[in-house]
Amino acid sequence: MSGIGATAKPSLGRGFRLQWEAAQNSHVLLYPEGMVKLNASAGEIMKRCDGERTVAEITTDLEQAFGAPDLSADVTAFLSFALEHKWLELRA
Amino acid sequence: MAGTASLSTAVNRPGPPLWLLLELTYKCPLHCVYCSNPTDFARTTQELGTDDWLRVLREARALGAVQLGLSGGEPLMRDDLEAIAAEAHALGFYTNLITSGVGLNEVRIKALKDAGLDHIQLSFQDSTRQMNDFLSSTRTFELKSKVAALIKKYDYPMVLNVVLHRLNIDHVEEILHMAEGMQAEYVELANTQYYGWAWTNREQLLPSREQVRRAEETTQRFREKAGQRMKIYFVVPDYFERRPKPCMNGMGSVFLNVIPDGTALPCHAARMLPGIQFPNVREASVASIWFDSPGFNHFRGDAWMKEPCRSCPEKTKDFGGCRCQAYLFTGDAANADPVCDLSPHHHLVEEAVARAERPRVEEKPLLFRDPRNSHKLSTQ
Repeated sequence: MSGIGATAKPSLGRGFRLQWEAAQNSHVLLYPEGMVKLNASAGEIMKRCDGERTVAEITTDLEQAFGAPDLSADVTAFLSFALEHKWLELRA
Repeated sequence: MAGTASLSTAVNRPGPPLWLLLELTYKCPLHCVYCSNPTDFARTTQELGTDDWLRVLREARALGAVQLGLSGGEPLMRDDLEAIAAEAHALGFYTNLITSGVGLNEVRIKALKDAGLDHIQLSFQDSTRQMNDFLSSTRTFELKSKVAALIKKYDYPMVLNVVLHRLNIDHVEEILHMAEGMQAEYVELANTQYYGWAWTNREQLLPSREQVRRAEETTQRFREKAGQRMKIYFVVPDYFERRPKPCMNGMGSVFLNVIPDGTALPCHAARMLPGIQFPNVREASVASIWFDSPGFNHFRGDAWMKEPCRSCPEKTKDFGGCRCQAYLFTGDAANADPVCDLSPHHHLVEEAVARAERPRVEEKPLLFRDPRNSHKLSTQ
């Protein structure tokens, strides 16, 4: 799971859209002819990936928001997964 | 995930129609021999107006619909396509245009982009111009190449759909080269589904098992080479399977189709099913259509099932397969999909596949999808 440094700024992949769906009580990720229903933590991570914040900032923000001590490994693991599936991308 | 308990709850109260497909028109400049439109499409004269389509969008979105397909016919034949796409975007749909590309020029693609259209799926008949033109019965290949360039220029993901069948399946390698040349990010090699015109032309279109095997092998080789750059999907023709596809995830579960005259269907092909009254959006709200209409409740759950489906443990996975295929092969839509080798009618599928193995002796002409042939087929 290399490639995601603490200073990387992930943003939503091209062609994807993230939105809250009241009917499903969750964040969903929409892409050509498909949909992923995100669980609560995936939704919280994804919605912070705005291309402005670094991985370190996103992690700190989540730790504060949920009063959890060290989410770094969890966040990195999810980000790797999301990048692999093109849900997120890293702009140079 | 979907255990028995959650499934029976879903039957009592279906979830939202997550996937809304609007077939805006049956008009189409192409005449594809494998078109899934009904063969009697030419009988449809009264298309819904703009206001009706916009109302359908609002009502479906209020129920929780998220994915929208704008299709046809050729949806670009409607000059209100941009207005429909704009409303869909404003409502929060992920909006997909499913098009042959005919009629898509720079003015229209810019307007669609400004309207918020999310995605374009471009269909190609084949990679060689001659075959492409023959199968769609027009000279459109060069135009589509131009459209592909426009799609890239307006920063859409390049999604290419090629319908495969006996006459082009041996060209998979060339097709994939073409896709690569167009910088396609997704390629769907979709084997023909035999409904509508494709059913009429099935004897000429069904490939042999060996053709399918070679095409899959070629695709796999290409995948290994292309890696992450290009995602390639190969949709196997279900006639070659031993278990049916979970068609529509079960009718009335996630999919809602509205055809040009406003009839609402639980799948593209369902209108052919006899004895079922399908509702029309001109007369009923999308909510009452989805939750209360007999047309949508008919094949919900499993009360309609016969043996061998009824007692089959796999019924929660494949929902008995495709109702329309059951009807086309056996004359009874409540039978098991004959693709399933547990179906007493499975031999009918095997016989069709066996005929595809033999070299053609007598050829009947391909019937092109056009109004003249449609009228002819409607009166038979």
